[in-house]
Amino acid sequence: MAATETTGSFVGTSVKRKEDASLLRGRGTYVENLNLPGTVFMAIVRSPYPAARIKSVNLVAARAAEGVVAAFSGADLAEDWKGSLPCAWAVTEDIKMPPHYPLAVDEARFQGDGVAVVIAENRTLAKDAAELVEVEYEQLPSIAGVEKALEEGAPLVHADLGTNECYVWKLDSGDVQAAIDAADVVVKRRYFQPRLIPNAIEPRGVLAQVGPTDELTLWSATQIPHVLRFALQLVLGILESKIRVIAPDVGGGFGSKLDVYAEEALAAALAKRLGVPVKWTEERSENYQATTHGRDVVHELTFAATRDGTITAVRSEAKCAMGAYLQLVTPGVPLLGAWLYAGPYEIPNYSVTFTGVFTHTTPTDAYRGAGRPEATYVIERTMDALARELGMDSLELRRRNFIKEFPHTMASGLTIDSGDYDASLDRLLEILDLDGTRADQAERRARGDAKQIGVGFSTYNEMCGLAPSRILGAIRYAAGGWDSATIRFQPLGSVQVVTGTSPHGQSHETTFAQVVADQLGVDVDEVEVLHGDTAVSQLGMDTYGSRSLAVGGIALYHASQKVISKARKIVAHQLEVSEDDLEFADGTFSVKGSPDRSMTIKESAFAAFSAHNLPDGMEPGLEETATYDPANFSWPGGAHAAVVEVDTETGDTRLIRYVAVDDVGNPVNPQIIDGQVHGGVTQGIAAALYEEGAYDEEGNLLTTTMATYLVPSAAELPSYETDRTETAADNPLGVKGVGETGTIAAAPAVINAVVDALAHLGVTDIQMPATPERVWRAIQEVSS
Amino acid sequence: MRQVAIIANGVRRELELEPRELLVYVLRERLGLTGTNVGCDTSSCGACTVLMNGEAVKSCTMLGVQADGMEITTIEGLATNGELHPVQQAFHDHHALQCGYCTPGMVLAAVSLISSGEATDEAAIRDGLEGNLCRCTGYHNIVQAVAAAAGVS
Repeated sequence: MAATETTGSFVGTSVKRKEDASLLRGRGTYVENLNLPGTVFMAIVRSPYPAARIKSVNLVAARAAEGVVAAFSGADLAEDWKGSLPCAWAVTEDIKMPPHYPLAVDEARFQGDGVAVVIAENRTLAKDAAELVEVEYEQLPSIAGVEKALEEGAPLVHADLGTNECYVWKLDSGDVQAAIDAADVVVKRRYFQPRLIPNAIEPRGVLAQVGPTDELTLWSATQIPHVLRFALQLVLGILESKIRVIAPDVGGGFGSKLDVYAEEALAAALAKRLGVPVKWTEERSENYQATTHGRDVVHELTFAATRDGTITAVRSEAKCAMGAYLQLVTPGVPLLGAWLYAGPYEIPNYSVTFTGVFTHTTPTDAYRGAGRPEATYVIERTMDALARELGMDSLELRRRNFIKEFPHTMASGLTIDSGDYDASLDRLLEILDLDGTRADQAERRARGDAKQIGVGFSTYNEMCGLAPSRILGAIRYAAGGWDSATIRFQPLGSVQVVTGTSPHGQSHETTFAQVVADQLGVDVDEVEVLHGDTAVSQLGMDTYGSRSLAVGGIALYHASQKVISKARKIVAHQLEVSEDDLEFADGTFSVKGSPDRSMTIKESAFAAFSAHNLPDGMEPGLEETATYDPANFSWPGGAHAAVVEVDTETGDTRLIRYVAVDDVGNPVNPQIIDGQVHGGVTQGIAAALYEEGAYDEEGNLLTTTMATYLVPSAAELPSYETDRTETAADNPLGVKGVGETGTIAAAPAVINAVVDALAHLGVTDIQMPATPERVWRAIQEVSS
Repeated sequence: MRQVAIIANGVRRELELEPRELLVYVLRERLGLTGTNVGCDTSSCGACTVLMNGEAVKSCTMLGVQADGMEITTIEGLATNGELHPVQQAFHDHHALQCGYCTPGMVLAAVSLISSGEATDEAAIRDGLEGNLCRCTGYHNIVQAVAAAAGVS
C-alpha cells in the first residue's frame, strides 16, 4: 500500500464541528423546513387492522372537503407503478418476495399499511379530509409472533405463498454435531430480542417536484439519496438520469431512513400527476407503524466446550421477523451478523441458520448494528452461561478463547485484519476497578440489602464498513459496496470534497475535511465537504453499516493521492525538474536538496486553472475522482462493562456505570468517536432496560407513542467512561467503523450485569428489556 | 379567527389565528421560525421547546392563541449580534449535538434550567432535561455542556 506523503496535523485531533454553526442557530435544512411555491400536502389513510380485505374505498366526502386537491385509493394508483417497492437482497434462490406497492389494493397486511391518500392545500386540511375517507374492511385472522407464524394453520400474511416462511439461509463449517457429541459441556440457551423502534428524532419527510418532461427532484429525510434515485426509476419508470434526490440536513437515521418508502414513491407519483410540488411529513405515531422496525428475533444458541473452557463448536438457529413485506434489505439484516456467531473467539466448528418469517407487523429492516447486536447478544449472554456451567470466571473463559493472532481467518470463512482483544479487556479492567465493585457486591449480599449490584461484560468484535462488492455479490446483494470521492481545488486554493456517503449526524463535514486537509497540506477550514445531493455527488452508495470513513474515507485518500500526483506533474514541469526530484510535505513541493526551489499545491491549482504553462497534453483543472471498493470488511472490537443496581423488592434496575473500551483503528477525531460511542451504547442500554415495540398476538401495536415506548432520557442514564485501544486496520488510513460498535456491545453487558446482581438468588436469565416487572417476577420465581 | 400579538425574538407580530393552531406551527409556518422542530405528537420529545417569558414550554402543547401578549424566544433569537449564547457555545465546545434535530429544544430547555438556578449538579441537570429526548448523543456531552455553561462540575 502507498504510504501517505504528508504528515498531517488535523487527523487525530478533536477539531470542533463545522456542522454546528447552522444547526445551533436553528438553520437546519430539514425537509420539513423546505417549501416550494404551490406545494400541496399529503396525508395517508392507514389500515387500523393488522390484516383486512379492502372491500371498498369511498373518497367522495374527502374529495368534497375544504381545501382538498385530490384523493386516491390504492386501486386508483395501481397503473402508476412500474415496479414494486424494491427489496435488494434475495438472500436465497428460493426466497419468497411478495410484491409491495405504495398503497395496498386488495388486502392490508399490517396495522399502518397505507390504503388511500388525500392531498390538500395544507397539512391540517389534508389530515381532516383523510378522516372522511370511508374504507370498508373485512377483518382477517392475523399473527404477530415468529414462532406462532410458522405453526401449522397459522394465518398467512401472503395467502398465495402458502406459508409464512420467507427463506431459510445456512452457513456451516466443520462438523458441529460431532463436536457437540464429543464435548464435555454443552450449553443451549433460548433468547428473544424484542422489536425496537428506531426513533430518529426527526420523523421522515419528503418533498417532490416533477417538471414538464418528468424531471423529478425529490428532497427526502433519507440516508440513501443514491440508492433512492436508482430505486425510483424502478418504481416510477422515470429515467434515473432525470432524477435528482437531495438529502438535506437529516435528523438521525439509525437504519430507519435506509429504505425506499411508500411515501417517497407516492409523493413523486402525485407530483407528476398533479403538476405541483407534493410534501409529506410523518407524525410520530405514524412513524411507529410506517417506518421500519428492528430486531424481533428468537434464537436457540448452543456452545460445545471442553472442561477446561475451550469452546469447540457453536450452533445458532434463529427465527427472524420480516414483518408483512420485504423492504430494501429486510431479509439480509440477519446475514450482517452471520459471521459473528463466534464473537472474538476462535471456534473451529460453526453453524448458523436463519429462518425469515412473515408476520402481520410493520416490516423490519436495518436498525443500528443490523444483525450484529443480535449475534453479539446471544454469544455474550451464553459466554456467561457457559462460565457458570464450567464454574469458571467469565473473563477467564473469554480470554482463553480470544483470537490472538491477526490476520485471522475464521471457521466461517472471513478474515479479520486486525485487533487485540486482550488489550481492550486489560484497559477496561484498569478503569473499572473490578475488585472494588466485587467487594461492594459481597458486602451488600452479606447484609441482605434490598439494593444489590451486578457487573456484566461484553467482549465483542463486529464487521462493518459495508462492503467488498464481490462478497456482497456472493451473498446475493443486488448492488456493490464501493464508494467515491471527488477532490477539487478551486483556482485560489480552497478545496471542495464531494463524497458519495450521506451523513445524518455523523459529522462528515468535519472529519472528512480533516482527512483531506492533512493529505493535501491545507487548512481544515479551507476544505468544504459536499454531500447528499445526487446532482452534486453523482456516484455513491450512501451511509449505513459504519461504512462512511472505512470506505468513503479511503476513497478520499485515493482521490487526494491522484490530485497530488497531477499537481506534482505541474510543479515538475514549471520548475523544470523530474517528478522524482520533488518532495511533497505540508502542502509544498520542494526540490530534493534545494529546498528554496519550491511551489505550493495551491500554486499548482492556479496554474492548472490558468493553463498557461501546463505539460503538453495535460487537461486544465485540478480535480480528481476515485472510487474505492474495499478488499475486506472493517473489524472493530473491544470490551464493555456495565454496573447496575437492582432493587430486589421492586425490580427497579438502574445503570450506575458504563465503561467502554473500543478499538476503532486510528482515530480521526477522538471527540466525535466518543460521541458515536455514547450514542451507540445508549441505544444498546435502551434495548436492555427500556425499549420494546410490543404487539399483541394478532399484530396490534401496543406501544404506539413515545409515551408508551420508553426512549430513555438523560435522567435514566449515567455519564459514560470511554477509552480506546488502537490496532491499525489494513487500509491506507488504518481506520475502522465506529457508528454501531456501542449498540452491538452494550445490551449483553447490561443484561449480564442484571443477572449477576441476582445470581446469588439463583436467577440465571432475564428477558430484555429488564423492566421492573420482569426483574421482580424473575426474583419471585427463584424464591418460590 | 382570533387576533393575537406575539413578541417573537423581540419583534411584536400581530396575527389572525385559528383557535386550533398549535404554537409550534404558528412559529414555523406563520412567522417562518423553522428552527423550532417537531419530533412527536404526544409532548414527549421536547424538540419543540421554546422560551415563553423566559421559561421553557413545549410549543406543540400550547395553542398559538395562548401566546397572546407573551414574549417567545426561539433558537433563532438566542445568539446576540451573531455571537452564540453561552449555552450554544458550550454545546459546540462539548460536541453536544450530532444530527441537530433535538438541539434547539435541548438548548432552550438548558437555558431555562440554568436561569432558574436548578442546574446545580449533574443529577439535577439530568433530571431537569428529562422532557427532552436525544437519540444521537446518549446525553453524555449534553450534560457536560450544560454543566460547563452553568459553571458546575
